[in-house]
Amino acid sequence: MRYFTDEHEWIDVDGDVATVGITDYAQGQLGDIVFVELPAVGTKVEKGKDAAVVESVKAASDVYAPIDGEVTETNGALEEDPALVNTAPEGEGWFFRITIANAGQLEGLMDEAAYKDFVASL
Amino acid sequence: MNAPNTSGWKPEMTAADGMHSGPATTTGNRALMLEEPLLFEIGRTDVTGVDLPAVDASAPTRLGGLARSNAIGLVGLTEPETVRHYTRLSRQNYGIDLGFFPLGSCTMKHNPRLNEKVARLPGFADIHPLAPQNAVQGALEVISQLGEWLCKLTGMPAVAMSPKAGAHGELCGILAIRAAHEARGDAREVVLVPESAHGTNPATAAFANYRVEDIPATPEGRVDVAALKARLGPDVAAVMITNPNTCGLFEKDFREIADAVHAAGGYVYCDGANFNAIVGRVRPGDLGVDAMHINLHKTFSTPHGGGGPGSGPVVFSEALAPFAPLPFVRQDEGGTFYLVEEENRAERGPSFGRMTAFHGQMGMFTRALTYMLSHGADGLKQVAEDAVLNANYILRSMEDILHAPFAASGPCMHEALFGDKDFTEGLTTLDVAKGLIDEGYHPMTVYFPLVVHGAMLVEPTETESKAAIDQFITAFRAVVERALAGDQGLKQAPYYAPRRRLDETAAARKPKLAFEG
Repeated sequence: MRYFTDEHEWIDVDGDVATVGITDYAQGQLGDIVFVELPAVGTKVEKGKDAAVVESVKAASDVYAPIDGEVTETNGALEEDPALVNTAPEGEGWFFRITIANAGQLEGLMDEAAYKDFVASL
Repeated sequence: MNAPNTSGWKPEMTAADGMHSGPATTTGNRALMLEEPLLFEIGRTDVTGVDLPAVDASAPTRLGGLARSNAIGLVGLTEPETVRHYTRLSRQNYGIDLGFFPLGSCTMKHNPRLNEKVARLPGFADIHPLAPQNAVQGALEVISQLGEWLCKLTGMPAVAMSPKAGAHGELCGILAIRAAHEARGDAREVVLVPESAHGTNPATAAFANYRVEDIPATPEGRVDVAALKARLGPDVAAVMITNPNTCGLFEKDFREIADAVHAAGGYVYCDGANFNAIVGRVRPGDLGVDAMHINLHKTFSTPHGGGGPGSGPVVFSEALAPFAPLPFVRQDEGGTFYLVEEENRAERGPSFGRMTAFHGQMGMFTRALTYMLSHGADGLKQVAEDAVLNANYILRSMEDILHAPFAASGPCMHEALFGDKDFTEGLTTLDVAKGLIDEGYHPMTVYFPLVVHGAMLVEPTETESKAAIDQFITAFRAVVERALAGDQGLKQAPYYAPRRRLDETAAARKPKLAFEG
């Protein structure tokens, strides 16, 4: 199941681990991504707080954690090839994986249809 | 409208119009438009521009095992080759002495030549910071007098002159705030920064080991006062507000914000980079500011490239004044100026220490004081008024065709902010910026502030004439109309710069940091 935030992150839930990235809309707005700063494995992230930084030719932006959890894995491929965020934002361009500390937090997020409507309203 | 282009040449003219007709040249140069290779491409390793005596191989050396054993291949040039290299490069540069430079948030005003004359007086230019103080009384008096002007203009009782630039001044202010909290054993961890603040503000707070929290902006482009008040508490050390803010608006609720911050035990830092819009009209001290840096190199002329480095003195409220950094200039009863430094324990008080080796940017001090004295108090007031008038003239001359998100929030201050909302066919703010290069202008600030999509921030300053601004508006409107019409040719701009559009993405992703022959 994939959820979306109004800050344009997506989160894929698979059992008790979730994968987080930024949406295709977000990468389009940012333009060419040149650098991604990922949290260290073991970092405790908090819903709505900074978890990663993404830098494009236009600006540097924070990526927020969609839910509380602890980082278990990061996408090392982004260090060598940050362009993956542009070419495959919702696939190979994922940012990090976290544990799900509070599954209830997922309920407040959007599903794909709701996010599509949200983007259309912007 | 004046007629700036009497030759009749237009950027859209092509070879067929006679612009670039004529045979290709052997050198690639086009008369006075000279191509210039890199130093590494024109220099030779067997050439040097200086005539050094031959090395006596038998002479003792003190380098021991550190002596270089291999040549490192640095190229040399003769003196005339070196001079020409840099002079040719300088002709491809764009500066305030060449044309209008509307770079928002940078106050690229004209640098009066009188400043340069005074700064070059040997009594200022040729002194050393370690000279005996009785030999440099004039220089110390300049620092003292400039500080008095800054205190008077801001309505603040104290000033630290040593910070070297804007962000250094921010750090100075935040370190004084930290020292003040720590002096009463109050450990606070958070600095609040509104979205309408300068980008350096959160960086400064983080550098000083505070946790930064954003405060949202209202739809009018000002600080959301209710959100800020709701966040205040015993963990908040300070609020950093840019006023006028980066949306080009005056934070009219500043006094209310400051009172709330003070009631919660915090301090108010004001980013004074935009002081040009209010100098002589508003005293930040009256608004409840505890610390504010002043960019001498913006507000008081000598912008980027105007003859050297920046300078960011910080004014302080009574509450923070005792914590100001060393050194400071004082005057004894006999009228002699002296520096209070580490050794002077009686006078240094709880100062948080030192930020610079010496006393500050002397060259900027002489220029700024010259600027102030030559304008006078009435002239400085007129500077602010004319800067605001010019920015509003641009805002109102563009808003019918270019999205101006805060145009309804009242007059802007020193800069006009636009967005890319109505551009079509994939055209962007970047394309407009590149199109302006073809028109002979340095582009405005783009993609900042972040609160506006595709932001374009235009700051004309007071030093441009109406004719110069009208000419810019004509060019700006022409480029914007191309973006609105979806003119794909604009995607290729600039056509006439020394280099066509550069690949910023490749430069950031795979920078080449060393010359590879």
